[in-house]
Amino acid sequence: MNFDFSDDQKQLRDQARKFLTEKCSPKAVRIVLDGKAPYDKELWKGLAEMGFLGVAIPEEFGGAGAGHLELCVIAEEMGRANAPVPFSSTVYLAAEALLIAGSDTQKKKWLPAIAEGEAIGTLALFEGKGNPSPKNVKLTAANGVLNGVKKPVADGAIADFAVVAARTGSSGRDNDISLFLVDLKAGGVEVKSLTNLDPTRGQAEITFRDCKAEPLGAAGEGWSILTQVLDRAAVLCAFEQVGGSDRALEMGRDYALDRIAFGRPIGSFQAGKHMLADMYVSATLARSNSYYGAWALSTNAAELPEAAAAARISATQAFQHCAKNNIQVHGGMGFTWEFDCHMYYRRANAMALGLGSLSYWEDQLIDRMRKKNAA
Amino acid sequence: MNFDDTPQEAEFRAIARAWISANAPRQYEEELRKSSLGRTVLKNANILEVAKAWQKKKADAGWACLHWPKEYGGRGSSPIERVIWQQEEGPFGQLSRMFIIGHGMCGPTMMAFAREEHKRTYLPPLASGEKVWCQLFSEPAGGSDVAGLRTRAEKDGDDWVINGQKIWTSGAHYSDYGILLTRTDPTVPKHKGLTMFFLDMKSPGVEVRPIKQASGASDFNEVYFTNVRIPDHQRLGEVGDGWNVSLTTLMNERSAIGAAVSTGFPELFEYCSSLMLDDGPAIEDRAVRSKLANWAVKASGLKYTSMRAISALSKGERPGPENSIGKLVAGSMIQDVATYALDLQGAAGVVSGEDGELAGRFQAMLLRAPGTRVEGGTDEIMRNIIAERVLGLPGDIRVDKDVPFNKIPTRGRK
Ligand SMILES: Cc1cc2nc3c(=O)[nH]c(=O)nc-3n(C[C@H](O)[C@H](O)[C@H](O)COP(=O)(O)OP(=O)(O)OC[C@H]3O[C@@H](n4cnc5c(N)ncnc54)[C@H](O)[C@@H]3O)c2cc1C
Repeated sequence: MNFDFSDDQKQLRDQARKFLTEKCSPKAVRIVLDGKAPYDKELWKGLAEMGFLGVAIPEEFGGAGAGHLELCVIAEEMGRANAPVPFSSTVYLAAEALLIAGSDTQKKKWLPAIAEGEAIGTLALFEGKGNPSPKNVKLTAANGVLNGVKKPVADGAIADFAVVAARTGSSGRDNDISLFLVDLKAGGVEVKSLTNLDPTRGQAEITFRDCKAEPLGAAGEGWSILTQVLDRAAVLCAFEQVGGSDRALEMGRDYALDRIAFGRPIGSFQAGKHMLADMYVSATLARSNSYYGAWALSTNAAELPEAAAAARISATQAFQHCAKNNIQVHGGMGFTWEFDCHMYYRRANAMALGLGSLSYWEDQLIDRMRKKNAA
Repeated sequence: MNFDDTPQEAEFRAIARAWISANAPRQYEEELRKSSLGRTVLKNANILEVAKAWQKKKADAGWACLHWPKEYGGRGSSPIERVIWQQEEGPFGQLSRMFIIGHGMCGPTMMAFAREEHKRTYLPPLASGEKVWCQLFSEPAGGSDVAGLRTRAEKDGDDWVINGQKIWTSGAHYSDYGILLTRTDPTVPKHKGLTMFFLDMKSPGVEVRPIKQASGASDFNEVYFTNVRIPDHQRLGEVGDGWNVSLTTLMNERSAIGAAVSTGFPELFEYCSSLMLDDGPAIEDRAVRSKLANWAVKASGLKYTSMRAISALSKGERPGPENSIGKLVAGSMIQDVATYALDLQGAAGVVSGEDGELAGRFQAMLLRAPGTRVEGGTDEIMRNIIAERVLGLPGDIRVDKDVPFNKIPTRGRK
């Protein structure tokens, strides 16, 4: 047994950290946060040049063909740096959907473009309130034409293409749902940016009016593909959340050593020490659950659905816990726009919702554990 | 990342499995499988005898204390082989709880500090379960603050003479030997005046008085020392270096206990899978599922954290202070899990023991759980360790630092 990343993978992590420390300082994140640009284009280009965007894309489709463990270590660093780029929507959602269900032509068209940083992709699943469920998909597809509204769509305003979940049947079963690939730059779509909890990763409303779309995967297979995509993205997002948790903990620890009150560093007060210790505990549990998810993802193990749900829950909790207590450790300073604490707080809470909320994944986890026990 | 056995590991697993299958006391398997924290009972047998017999059988075949060197009664196995053994031993491993202090703490301390001839004499019967050991650290005046202890050791010729009292000593009533931390110099700051020994618990002047625990059971004791003589060659480490020696013990304690604590989650999940509530199966209730999911990820998080630690061990890294998280998380979790299981039982949850639901399994867990959060370091001490030794935050401000021990105010248990 070797339950750890390899030396090469750790080296890649160091390389990603070094790159992001340089190119993605909190100052750079703020340029996007303050609304002057929807994402950091320079950084996106740099990530492509480093080969990070296509790290898990096979070489035949223009990627590095390294694998998903490699993508996990990069994801961790993206989270740690709070990178203001459409990485999760493009790489975890759109690219994974293509890898799972795309035709050869579709893969050849989009995957190399993703790897080169030339195409931004996303998943258009949600339609207002509610969690992932076939019931909540109202947008229709008939004769290769989509009609309906998706919102929120992560990075929808800057995406070049979207994988869209559409209703193609009325049996009331999962196989009513099919997936479609839509070139958002062609006609029939109207995009509106939405304000959101975390402006460093935009959200949009997309209206499809008689919009031409090509099927992605077989008709009626949409929900089963989506479940796989969400599971895979859950693991990858968990690594971003683990990176974010660690960074928030580190910020809190550093501040606690620095700030003096009552004549001593606040990090010497036991209430504060114990708060930080608890942050460490949740970050560690999340990391371990995520490692298991990474293993399941990279080997396509039968355990993936359960492992993904566990990683998702644990990492969501940890990031929210660390981000909120990081502000508490920082006192009034923590509540200023000027300090970076709120950027992680925003990201933690936005990420907690993006693939379906915590309660949704709790429900999924128990379902999956029951199935495993029954089997 | 790879969970598969290497060919050597697979071979080891196969041999272990075959041996266990041919030799384990199968008649107790079901009872052991169903036992949980606070409730290991064998209806028709004395558990200590069953445990000793199983341990002896393992030792004779070379399966006891796998990671210890062969000359001290072990097998010289790798950390991974030890884990494989534990996986294969399954419920029978519950029986080694009787020996956890001896094997997890006393043995390693002896190995690090005893003379060679003592190691060869005392360690093999400890490994084989023939001799049981206890750890005599805590006192009325010093638990978390171990170095606040007052039991005196005074040199008299080639012997030391011990006077004082220990408390909460698990298993002292059936132990043959113990490791004992004493004060040899009260005029220096408290951490500097301590010395460690091992002793025969049958020595004249040692009196063991069982204490009835909050749970109703009696697993720990008060131990009184009246002019007990210990020969100097049974000293562990230098005179005045007892604190360092005890740190070795406590480090081992943390990883031994940390790896062994249960969370109560598998029991709760199994229970909820079959339990019917007023409006349907518990497992289909949203609130129940949410609770279960939260504990599920804590339990799996602990499991994979320990797997990461094992991987690190197998690469030759030492167990560090980060191992404190196991007991910290599991301790309060088992308490919450038990509380919730009783909540699901409604008014009937109050009935315990054989009359209770599932023969009082969760009631027993609830009553034992508070001890888990205290023994081997309280939650607060565990958090201090993480904060100071893992995160590098400053130590608590100490009013007893650099003050001679006999000038420090103390107040013990009334
Ligand atoms: C079931 C059980 C088995 C045991 N077995 C053994 C054994 O075999 N051998 C042995 O030597 N001992 C044993 N012990 C003793 C155990 O190690 C101590 O009880 C434990 O370390 C706590 O010490 P104490 O009881 O003196 O509590 P105290 O130290 O008096 O603690 C009381 C409260 O004060 C808090 N506190 C103390 N110091 C601090 C601090 N610095 N910061 C914050 N809070 C603090 C504690 O967290 C706790 O909440 C056992 C205890 C139990 C419950």
